[in-house]
Amino acid sequence: MPEKSREYAVNAVLALGLLLVPLWALWAGEPFTITLATRIAILALAGVGLNIALGLGGMVSFGHAAYFGIGAYVAGILAQHAFLNTPVLGLPGSNQMLTIWPVAMLISGVMATAIGALSLRTSGIFFIMITLAFAQMVFYFAISWPAYGGEDGLPIYVRNQFPGLNTMRPWDLFLVAFGVLMVGLAFSALLRGSRFGAALMAIRQNPERAAAVGINPYGVQLTAFAISGMITGLAGALMADLTRFTSPSMMAWPMSGELIVIIILGGTGRLFGPVAGAAILVGFEVTFGGMTEHWKLWLGLVLLGAVLFARGGLIGLIAGKERHG
Amino acid sequence: MTAALFLEQVLNGLQLGLMLFLMSAGLTLVFGVMGLINLAHGSLYMIGAFFCAAAAAASGNFWLGLIAGTAAAAAAGALIEVTVLRRLYDRDHLDQVLATFALILVLSELTKIGFGPFPLFLDVPPILSGTVNLGIAHYPLYRLALIGFGLAVALGLWLLIARTRLGIRIRAGENDREMIAALGVNIRALYTLVFALGAGLAGLAGALVGAVQSVQVGMGEPVLILAFVVIVIGGIGSIKGAMVGALMVGVIDTMGRFLLPRLFGHFMEQSQAAGIGAALASMLIYVLMAAVLVIRPKGLFPAHA
Amino acid sequence: MTIRTTLSAGLAAMSLTATLGASTALADPVTVGLITTLSGGGAGLGVDIRDGFQLALSMSGSDAIHLVVEDDAQRPEQAVQIADRMIQSERAQILTGIVWSNLAMAVVPSATAQDVIYVSPNAGPSQLAGAGCTPNYFNAAYQNDTMHEASGAYANVLGYENTFIMAPNYPAGIDALTGFKRYFEGSLAGELFTQLGQTDFAAEIAQIRASGADSIFIFEPGGMGISFMRQYAQSGIDLPIISAAFSFSQDVLPAVGDSALGVINTAEWSPDMDNAANQAFVAGFQEAYGRLPSVYAAQAFDSANLILSALAAADINDLPAFRTAMRAADFDSVRGAFRFGNNQHPIQNYYAREVVSVDGVLTNRMVGTAFEDHQDVYATDCAME
Repeated sequence: MPEKSREYAVNAVLALGLLLVPLWALWAGEPFTITLATRIAILALAGVGLNIALGLGGMVSFGHAAYFGIGAYVAGILAQHAFLNTPVLGLPGSNQMLTIWPVAMLISGVMATAIGALSLRTSGIFFIMITLAFAQMVFYFAISWPAYGGEDGLPIYVRNQFPGLNTMRPWDLFLVAFGVLMVGLAFSALLRGSRFGAALMAIRQNPERAAAVGINPYGVQLTAFAISGMITGLAGALMADLTRFTSPSMMAWPMSGELIVIIILGGTGRLFGPVAGAAILVGFEVTFGGMTEHWKLWLGLVLLGAVLFARGGLIGLIAGKERHG
Repeated sequence: MTAALFLEQVLNGLQLGLMLFLMSAGLTLVFGVMGLINLAHGSLYMIGAFFCAAAAAASGNFWLGLIAGTAAAAAAGALIEVTVLRRLYDRDHLDQVLATFALILVLSELTKIGFGPFPLFLDVPPILSGTVNLGIAHYPLYRLALIGFGLAVALGLWLLIARTRLGIRIRAGENDREMIAALGVNIRALYTLVFALGAGLAGLAGALVGAVQSVQVGMGEPVLILAFVVIVIGGIGSIKGAMVGALMVGVIDTMGRFLLPRLFGHFMEQSQAAGIGAALASMLIYVLMAAVLVIRPKGLFPAHA
Repeated sequence: MTIRTTLSAGLAAMSLTATLGASTALADPVTVGLITTLSGGGAGLGVDIRDGFQLALSMSGSDAIHLVVEDDAQRPEQAVQIADRMIQSERAQILTGIVWSNLAMAVVPSATAQDVIYVSPNAGPSQLAGAGCTPNYFNAAYQNDTMHEASGAYANVLGYENTFIMAPNYPAGIDALTGFKRYFEGSLAGELFTQLGQTDFAAEIAQIRASGADSIFIFEPGGMGISFMRQYAQSGIDLPIISAAFSFSQDVLPAVGDSALGVINTAEWSPDMDNAANQAFVAGFQEAYGRLPSVYAAQAFDSANLILSALAAADINDLPAFRTAMRAADFDSVRGAFRFGNNQHPIQNYYAREVVSVDGVLTNRMVGTAFEDHQDVYATDCAME
């Protein structure tokens, strides 16, 4: 399987590159490059989450910004309560990432289960529109709910902490994000190889046949959707710490679009697709954003080109046509 | 609360609903015939409003502007159908989502380059200016005209689809694509025509609404999302469903904004009630959508396809 | 532990790396990063801020500033990323340009903690004016509440007794209504929150009609104000409107159209102000860009001149001295008198302006004074002296 081994090589290059470039930046005294690499790692993690629903399960969610934003708000809200030393729902706040992450995953998971349970009653184009509409509902709620800043958002004055590291230092935070991304990728790989992953892919290809061999399509898809929301929520919590800020715009519809862009640019269904996609998107934003105020026009044209002429995304271009590896 | 105020709010809801119908009808038609999800539908709405404003300003005539706006949106629709979307009918929805998302970025930026970053001016035509006395309430004439326009377009669309040869082909296309190709219909031209028709409807809505709203970049996306809610409620591919869904969304949204703050005003202090009422009102139509999904997962009027 | 001390302690690690390359030679121009909104529905405001700032630089003939401009697309995360890049890789020592309060709240605390000076050409959130005030943050525009306080005060002058008030349901909207009520002495005929980004105001206008009010106060910035005014003009209601300048500034007036005629709106500046600096500014702006300047352009013009005056008086690498020079505000403001309060927000006059048509172009003309030497209420919470 030459394509398969070529994809492994691409994955290795991506993982190493994502580690070595910021390492070089650390040595060269370019802290912003480290920040960018951290951003790529976090967006890639959000993409890994979405890829479970979208790439493996064929569920095109245009509403994953909701879970991303919910994760970010969990980090922001817990940090604020820890900072002010006030309880939230009777429990203390926290500024420890290791406490915040499970809570962020839990709450985005619950939300994904609720929205998924309703949305999965339909499929195809319905599913796209419904997930978008529900995400927009969460967005409007965040804007008009004054307790945590409403549209102004919620600042995180000091980044939440990770044992043994100083997360205010760009390199330390990068290591955290990179580590979590690698765990997320490993989990995603395991999921693909598992019986659950096989069932999920079988449902994507033919739900009737899957049901005939004893798989419960609704249950399997809902579980996958919840897991997908949880990982994207975790990425949101990390993003809040990177920007030291949470705002409703993290759950607005363009963010959902960006997450889909990341997956497709990298290569739908590819394990490392989100990493490649996030690197392309962030690189594009930084390069063209500084050059022209019309950078969104060029981004749109590049995306159009990618859909029309480069169907497998970057990894597809390099490693060949085989999909969903 | 007087009966006059209540009646006025019902009319407002109907008017909002009919404008949403113009948006949703095009979207649902395009999906029904071509199976395409078009996120850039809101951009066509924006194009309609911008060209209407520019042409009305240049000619001094609102009606010329209205024609120009509708035509520009239809032309833009035909152009993107031929250059981009045509290649995507056989792809999965994911590719369609990404391509039309990219089109939003391109069209918004091009509009800004073409018309400048500031909102444009578009006024109500003099003949439709002012208010009319409906017996118990004064109501803006232009809004009444919008209701009339919306009903007329709905009737026209129904006649087109039910009574004309084009309509037969559209209905056939919804049922079986291979079949009508086999019958010798030029399917490519039909698709371009249907897409341009949907785009023109969106442009018409943008131009009509542009006279009482801000004509600015990004004006289309909030309406697009409302149109999605309408279609989910009504059932994809169904014009009748779009009509019912649009009226439900229009009336419930308007009444929610009107009644909820008053309701909470009975229990709490006024400015607090206004805040909570407004927050809940903004979520009301999504709750409606969820309720419809629980009862009828395929919408109220599921299309046969 | 106050917010500020925690901040500086926590950010010490970042600022260490950020200031490494900051000690440039004296003669080199200082890099100023201008982050503003140049795409999307709010682009008009950002364009005016950029143009006003650049005009001040070119009119001064000074080469003390190297200006870097970038679009934040009105997204807080984007603004934070650009700020980080400007500070960390382009070694910007001064940032400015942000239009919106929520973006300012995302950028300012961490930028100022990295020993970067931030000069606000528009937004003035209360958090940064009160307990969260910081020595590296200078507001050259206004504190958010004050514009609406001026409306409330001037509504008294106009004799309004029963006013209907309305704003979008988000923090700036809530602040607007609070600010208005702080100085307004009449009663309220009604109080409504609209949805952010709302385009149809039929339901609200119907309630205004039924309320029995004698006047209306609105805060509906951007496209919302344009939509509201168009629909209001068609409603047949003829109540006077008072508002802060945002919905009746030069960037939106052409789109609002004649329905804005006669509306009283409050601001700290008006294009017809009778001072030499302002006359040069308005004429220069019209010549350079072919349109009248908005209040945002005026504030950006002042921001640039404020920075230039401080750079001429002190070396930015000596931050305490530079801050002292900034606080002195020794420049010719287009607003006439301008000075900073203890929280480094302006103490200035606020004027009532009326929308008029001059040779077929809608613009504002000064008709009265709402406040003299007015300071925001949060200044007393600020620990700086």
